[in-house]
Order: sequence, then C-alpha cells, then structure tokens
Amino acid sequence: MQNTLLVYDGSFDGFLCAIFYVYEYKIVAPKIIKISRHQEQLFSKTVTIVTEKQKADRVWKSVQTKCGNRGASQLYYAFLSEIESIEDTILEVVKYAFKSAKPVLQDFANTYVLEVSKTAKKVSREKHRMEAFVRFRLTKDQVYFANIEPDFNVLPLIEKHFRKRYADQQWIIYDLKRNYGLFYNLNTVEIIVLELSKDVTTNTTSEFFTDTELEFQQLWKDYFKSTNIKSRKNLKLHNQHVPKRYWKYLSEKQPY
Amino acid sequence: MSFDRIKEKLNILADAAKYDVSCSSSGSNRTNKNKGLGDASASGICHTYTEDGRCVSLLKILLTNHCIFDCAYCVTRKSNDIKRAAFKVQEVVDLTINFYRRNYIEGLFLSSGIFKNADYTMERLVAVAKKLRLEENFNGYIHLKSIPGASDELMREAGLYADRLSVNIEIPTEKGLKLLAPDKNRADFIKPMLKVKNEIIQYKSEKKIIKSTPKYAPAGQSTQMIIGASGENDMQIMYTSNHFYKHFNLKRVYYSGYVPISYDSRLPQIGSAVPMLRENRLYQTDWLLRFYGFNIEEILNATHQNLDLDIDPKLSWALRNLHEFPVDVNTADKRMLARVPGLGMRSVHKILNARRFNKLNWEHLKKIGVALNRAQYFIVCASNRFERRDLTPEHIKGLILQNSKSKYTSMLSNQMSLFN
Repeated sequence: MQNTLLVYDGSFDGFLCAIFYVYEYKIVAPKIIKISRHQEQLFSKTVTIVTEKQKADRVWKSVQTKCGNRGASQLYYAFLSEIESIEDTILEVVKYAFKSAKPVLQDFANTYVLEVSKTAKKVSREKHRMEAFVRFRLTKDQVYFANIEPDFNVLPLIEKHFRKRYADQQWIIYDLKRNYGLFYNLNTVEIIVLELSKDVTTNTTSEFFTDTELEFQQLWKDYFKSTNIKSRKNLKLHNQHVPKRYWKYLSEKQPY
Repeated sequence: MSFDRIKEKLNILADAAKYDVSCSSSGSNRTNKNKGLGDASASGICHTYTEDGRCVSLLKILLTNHCIFDCAYCVTRKSNDIKRAAFKVQEVVDLTINFYRRNYIEGLFLSSGIFKNADYTMERLVAVAKKLRLEENFNGYIHLKSIPGASDELMREAGLYADRLSVNIEIPTEKGLKLLAPDKNRADFIKPMLKVKNEIIQYKSEKKIIKSTPKYAPAGQSTQMIIGASGENDMQIMYTSNHFYKHFNLKRVYYSGYVPISYDSRLPQIGSAVPMLRENRLYQTDWLLRFYGFNIEEILNATHQNLDLDIDPKLSWALRNLHEFPVDVNTADKRMLARVPGLGMRSVHKILNARRFNKLNWEHLKKIGVALNRAQYFIVCASNRFERRDLTPEHIKGLILQNSKSKYTSMLSNQMSLFN
C-alpha cells in the first residue's frame, strides 16, 4: 500500500497536528516524519503539516483524557527520545487508546505500548542522569554554566528541577548536540542559542571562569578520590553507573 | 579561604568518613523557600560513583577525626597513629554551599570523632546545620550523626535542622560490642535514637493540628552494622536489624562489610577479603522484609541460621517451600507473585496490569522482563508448556545454577582459581 508521508517541523505541537491530520483525513497508512529527516521518496504521497497551536492543544487534551496524565506524559517522554520512527509507534498507541475504554498504557503485552513504555523509561533515565551529571562552572559574569550532550532531548524535562533548586543563582545549561540552552535569569527560564568555542568543555582558563573555579574543581576531584575504598574496587559497576560517554563533562573525571 | 589547608583537611576527613556507607539523599520533603538555595523534596540523586561502585550523593566528611574512644574496628580510634585534622564550622558551611551550587552534591553528611565529650561534639554538628539553614537559607539535604550519649536537648535541636539523623550501632550483638569497643555501651546508642523517634512521632501528630509546626528530621533515622568483624551469624544480624526497624521506625539499616584496617588480633587481618557477597545477601534479605512482605522467621530461623551464598534468599526460601508452587501468574494475588523467584516488584506490577488485557504466556513474560531462568520452575501461565517433572529442590537449584552466571562466581569458587 502506498504510504502517506506527513512531514512536520520537529516540534511536539507539530507532531500533534500530524495526528490531527491523520484523523481529519482518515489517512490509512501514515508515516510521520520530521522535516530534518525527510528525503524525497518516489512512491509515496507527501503532505507538509502546518503547526497550529489550537489543533495541537485539542489533540493533547483528548490524549490526556484517554491516557491519563501519566500515560500522556509517557508519550511525551517517548517523543523526546527522537528515535527514528518513534512517531509512528506513538501514533499506534494513540489509536489504540482512542479505540479502547481501558487505560491501554498498562497493557504491557501490546508491542507498541511496551515500546513506548521502554523508550519513555530510557528518556526518564537520561533525564535523571542529567540532573545528576550537570556540573556548573562559575563564570566571570557570575553565571553558573554547564554544557551537556544528552542522547535524548531532555532539556525541557530538567528545567523545572533546576529552576526549583537553584532559585538564587543565575545558570545556563547548554545542549551542545542540539545547539540550544536554558538560561535562568533569577526570574524566568529562557531558551537561548549561543556561539560557543569548540573547546568549551575543556577550557579552564581564567578568561571565562572565576579565579577560584578551578580550585573548587580540584577540591571536588580530591574528595572523589579520598572517598573511594580501594579494597572494594569494582570498575565494572562504576562504569555501569557512570557510562564513559558522560565522562567528558564530569569535573571529577577531568585529567587536568 | 586557604585552599591548600582546606584541601589537606578534606583529604583526611573524607578518607575517615568513607566507611560509613549511608548515602541516601531521599525521603525528605523540604522544599525551596523564599528563593533560597536547594531543594530536598525530590527523590535522591547520585551525582557520581566512586571506583568501588558506590554512589556519591552527599559531601560525606567528619568534622574531626580526633577521638577519645578506642574502638578496635574504627580507623580513627585513639590508639591509631594517623594524621588528625579538624574543620572549623564555617569551613564546612563554605564547602557545602560551593559544592552544592556546582551541582556536585545533594547536601551534607556530617559525622565526627568524639572530642572532649558527646555533647560538646554534638553541639558543633548542630552548629553547622543551623548555620546552613538559617544564614545561608540552604534547603538541600543534611544528614547528621547522632553522637552516642548526646543530651536530649541537643538531639531535639538537631532534628529541627537535619533531614536525617543516624546513629551506628556498628556491632550487631552486645557481646561483640563489649569485645571490640569496651568504652561504649549499647544504652548510649539507644538513647539518642529513642529521643529522635519520639520527637518524630510528636512533631508529626502536632503537624496534623497546627500546620506551621516545623519539620523534624523529615527523612527519619537510619543505622549501620559492620558485617564480619565480630563473628555473628546472619540470623543474629537480621534479627537485630528487624528489631530496629520495628521498634525505632528506622528508614534504613545499612550493612557494611568489614574492611580490615588494623592488625588487632580480635579482628580479621589486613589483606583478608571484604565480605561483599555476604553483604549483598543481607541487603537482599532486608529488601524481602521491607518490600516483598516476608517475615524474618521465614528466611532465617533456628534450622537455617545463615543465608546461602550461592543463591539468593528468595530462591532459597522457595526451594524450602516447594509446596507453595507452582503459582499461576494469571490468577495469583500480589503477595504470592512477589514470592516467585525471578519476579521483582516491577515485574509483579507489570503482570498485575497486563493480565487485565490478555492472558499472559511465556512470550509476554519474557518481554516484560521476568527472569525466566529462575521463574520457570515456579510458575504456570497461558501455555501448555510448563515444568511437568517432579523435581527435587537440589535438582532445581542445580539446573538454575547451571543456566545462570553470577557476577560472584569467582568468589564462590576460590579453590578452582588456583589452576587458572
């Protein structure tokens, strides 16, 4: 059967509008894809989805009533994974939910539900890791700066945590991979895009950071070493908890 | 702040504090107030892990490692010839705040050697917590040690600033304590623990009537026992543990495999292995008691005084109680599902939900994440494939061990490794 490609702008609202379109025009074999992944295909029909806040809200509202707040947030988490064709899996779950009278997100024997549940779990794990592994460095402008490169797009999920926790200091958490960041200006959190030099992860010069910044990093590294019990060494467990791909932004793992 | 001096102190006093295994930063409900710093209301966060695989959540230090006591098992004992140091109150406050602001830690874990006397020491610990709360508007997590023998007034004050208080009973039996720490007695440990327990109950009941009643140690109390230092069996350890859970409302009991640190003839010698596997089995038992609905008597009793090392305590229980099995996953209640080897509470929860939609078969169970290599001998599901043989416990155990690989295999077969 010929697929209908629904191309959306990559935002969550855009995705919800694609779902709206599927229902409005009763699309039989839809494939929802974000524009950055879209390549012209020979044998399928392509539709460009226009993002409209109103339509998105309508879809989201009915998803929430059908799946419950917990279920809906699982779908959102899964969406943020940005895994290829996760959109189609989510659509399957939404269709199942709209058809059924039961809370389908608990039907773990259903392939799509299990897939969404597992993906949401992965994203939630990454969210938790980012809450743990963000390392702020104090800049000369008195802003606590951290850069991250998470596997999934978790910035929208960690905002609240950091806003509540660091209410009395200015901070920036910047996603180098997706090239945007959050800036808390003591009142609200803004989304920012910065031009950052390539060596931002390794740069330790006092050009950017306060004089005592490196001293505190050194203290933390020393603490990390002294609190280790050598006779219980277990590097396998260590690497399992702190996977190597995260080491580059952990102060305690820096070679200097 | 002189960084060199602080650095030296931090190295000494973090090194001395590391044998306290308590690391949790969860269970509190302290939220950020008035745009202050920190928030301890969420679940705990492990910010990093040491190379021994233990979580680093709090800045865990001693205020000082000067101590008037001479407990054989302790690295800061009076007679031990080591470097001594002491933090000033302000130094601890500054370190905590600066580490917290950089998102290194969830808060502070402050313990101390005992200098002069119990109250003098406890007073200093409380001073640190008080300063953090009142002067720095710090709402992160604070875990203070209750110093054995500290006065009721000080314990009362401590609970107003700390999220969690703990006093380590260290040695599971009084006899062992007498042998290894002749200057200490059990009653001194119990006194602050009892005071805190009663205060928690009182503050909670007042809070129901008067909303503005301040928080008192919202994350409760915990304690720790050293394993393998004084010859107790698992039954003695777990019955002590059970006693403290029941009578002091403890949130956690930690088990710390003894790391040999001295040549004292009363203790395992330096170089002997840390009993990590035994520690693991004790934690598993602890979990069975707290989350799986087991009674201590079912797992450890007069005929079964030690936990098996080669299999986990739930499997061990199941093998001794084969008459309770097989369990039908599609109809069994939660209590019985939780007792099936290979089913964790997560799987139990998923099964309970999923079976409202479908009759579950082996495929479903596998996808859900059940450890079928163990569970298959104890369950039936919507399939006509199931264990039909009348197997003896020994046979089942053999089959399971054959088909699984434990990360502890090397520890279990010490003798074989001679030839590798």
